[in-house]
Amino acid sequence: MSPHEPLRLHVPEPTGRPGCETDFSYLRLSPAGEVRRPPVNVAPVDTADLAYSLVRVLDDEGRAVGPWDPKADPQLLRRGMRAMLKTRVFDARMLIAQRQKKISFYMQCLGEEAIATAHALALDAGDMCFPTYRQQGLLLARDDVSMVDMMCQLMSNARDPLKGRQLPVMYSVKRAGFFSISGNLATQFIQAVGWAMASAIKGDTRIASGWIGDGATAEADFHTALTFAHVYRAPVILNVVNNQWAISTFQAIAGGEATTFAARGTGCGIASLRVDGNDFLAVLAASRWAAERARSNLGPTLIEWLTYRAAAHSTSDDPSKYRPADDWSHFPLGDPVARLKQHLIAIGAWTEEEHAATQKELETEVAAAQKEAERYGTLIDGHTPPLATMFEDVYKEMPPHLHDQLRQAGA
Amino acid sequence: MNAPTRPHQVAPAADAAPAAETGSKRMTMIQALRSAMDVMLERDPNVVVFGQDVGYFGGVFRCTEGLQAKYGKSRVFDAPISEGGIVGAAVGMGAYGLRPVVEIQFADYFYPASDQIVSEAARLRYRSAGDFTAPITVRMPCGGGIYGGQTHSQSPEALFTHVCGIRTVIPSNPYDAKGLLIASIENDDPVIFLEPKRLYNGPFDGHHDRPIVAWSKHPLGEVPEGYYTVPLDKASVFRAGEALTVLTYGTMVFVAEAAANETGIDAEIIDLRTLWPLDLEAIVASVKKTGRCIVVHEATRTSGFGAELVALVQEHCFYHLEVPVERVTGWDTPYPHSLEWAYFPGPDRVGAAMRRAMEAA
Repeated sequence: MSPHEPLRLHVPEPTGRPGCETDFSYLRLSPAGEVRRPPVNVAPVDTADLAYSLVRVLDDEGRAVGPWDPKADPQLLRRGMRAMLKTRVFDARMLIAQRQKKISFYMQCLGEEAIATAHALALDAGDMCFPTYRQQGLLLARDDVSMVDMMCQLMSNARDPLKGRQLPVMYSVKRAGFFSISGNLATQFIQAVGWAMASAIKGDTRIASGWIGDGATAEADFHTALTFAHVYRAPVILNVVNNQWAISTFQAIAGGEATTFAARGTGCGIASLRVDGNDFLAVLAASRWAAERARSNLGPTLIEWLTYRAAAHSTSDDPSKYRPADDWSHFPLGDPVARLKQHLIAIGAWTEEEHAATQKELETEVAAAQKEAERYGTLIDGHTPPLATMFEDVYKEMPPHLHDQLRQAGA
Repeated sequence: MNAPTRPHQVAPAADAAPAAETGSKRMTMIQALRSAMDVMLERDPNVVVFGQDVGYFGGVFRCTEGLQAKYGKSRVFDAPISEGGIVGAAVGMGAYGLRPVVEIQFADYFYPASDQIVSEAARLRYRSAGDFTAPITVRMPCGGGIYGGQTHSQSPEALFTHVCGIRTVIPSNPYDAKGLLIASIENDDPVIFLEPKRLYNGPFDGHHDRPIVAWSKHPLGEVPEGYYTVPLDKASVFRAGEALTVLTYGTMVFVAEAAANETGIDAEIIDLRTLWPLDLEAIVASVKKTGRCIVVHEATRTSGFGAELVALVQEHCFYHLEVPVERVTGWDTPYPHSLEWAYFPGPDRVGAAMRRAMEAA
């Protein structure tokens, strides 16, 4: 007789499922202002505690507290507020466009707006982001990217910069530091490291910012990226957006149970932070800290942004089938828009009236952009790009076999 | 198609860009490949070279020997044992504007990099409508006959030719190796550069029981020391002939030549050099002339690149064919260690297929 019980396979489960409320105590929160802010030249090993705690600036009353307070100019925060609202309004409008079958597919970032928008404000011109499909805020925070162009991509219409080749939301805007989104997960993470290595090889000043979700950290490319970033001390920010859900799969299945994704970084010799992703000030401060490290030849920083995917994964799933329908309303880190609004009002840099007026103004702007974009076609009016474009850009110059196939296809 | 070159034509070939006035010397394929990287590191500050063991040590086959000492650690360096990481980082560097030349230590090890090759490098230009590109060169030694067993002998070219957006290049001699590698590095699309490792040190003809001939004794071992290119997407007529066409590449070029010499059959041997995009014109011209064709490769048969060649010959030359097109290939098994010469499609098997093609009809 074996002295042991039979072996058991452990398959993690979230506490919350439809009809059963989530116990969010698994999140390991720290009170706002409590976590220390080391100098940017901290040794990676000395960030181990930061990978298991949570950098927060905004307290429950909307006050900015503690060493991570970025002491940002209120004008910049107002800009951030507007960028978050713009992202939310854009998403809402495009969701409706998808329901109206004007676009085939859409992915919102509801509840995660602070991360990409504040991060965008911490980067410099020329830096390159390697985003996932949920960082539209990186584009919408910029003044030099037109919503019309983004919508034309979503509608695969005659003005789609990507010639109708990509699923909606898989933008590519090199001039705005936004790398082409693949759709295959995690591949961009190591590419970001490669881009950063190239910048270092050339003695440049530009840095890269790679993005990944909690789910895709299970891919080999994530671990490879950490190894390369560490080995070559690449000037890169490695962002892990932990929004708790990969479609229906809880973050524990990606390996988040009883540990953190930030801890992956310190294990690889990378300075790591775990940050409240719904706290605009914390995102701004941590992004600036990591950017300063990268730009000072101090190497990579991994940041786990703790947040919650408030909407469906995409327009193809119904989250009420796999998690409590009202889960977001119980998420302890709240809504990033409401939290920054509370702070701005508290410091006298914003009012309820201004908020409502900005919201309305943005709705008008987004609607006007959509009207303009629709002039170039939507999915329902049957617009497709010229057949020949299918065969272009496979290679720089079209080889003979593609010329043949183009002819056979009837162009 | 290029003007047919004479068998064993001494460099520079008719289709090559002129070599710089620096003279030429006998090189092995290893030295020729090293010279190509040396020339490009010198000419283009955006060229970088990295991979496992390629830095201080100079690569397990010594193709990058001395380059780190000459160009510094930021341009020639060792990489972690991570093929996906090597190619993924190269894609990112390519997006930045560099021209990385990376080495996968053996073609048998490229599989972890599949996603980065197939989904990323190959499609980046297409999916971004030219906003980003990946002008990378992925070198990998391929093929067997070195007692490498099933993990150091594979010829995975068909896995690449099936992918749209990449080039698959495979030289058969030092002269072509250098000119094709330079052309690959300069190319703005991703290139998979397969190096038949059995040819690194000499024109191996498949007679493994005979003494090895060195490249120093072969005219195609004469390689210009400076810059020149051999055009991509162009085959060469390695041996002109009238009786039948052999479509082949890499190691099998010399095996086919031995078979032609030993059978006395006046075979025209087409060295494809770039597998895809393919020089169909060269193939069609030859097969229409001879009316007989065999396809020879070392890789396993089923769904191999030979199947594509046979299909194309059938589509374009059917009414010129006197006999069915036969394939001579490795068997559909993993590459065996002790039985590798039973697996390897040597001159006897190729010669027998040539005879069948001549005797039929």
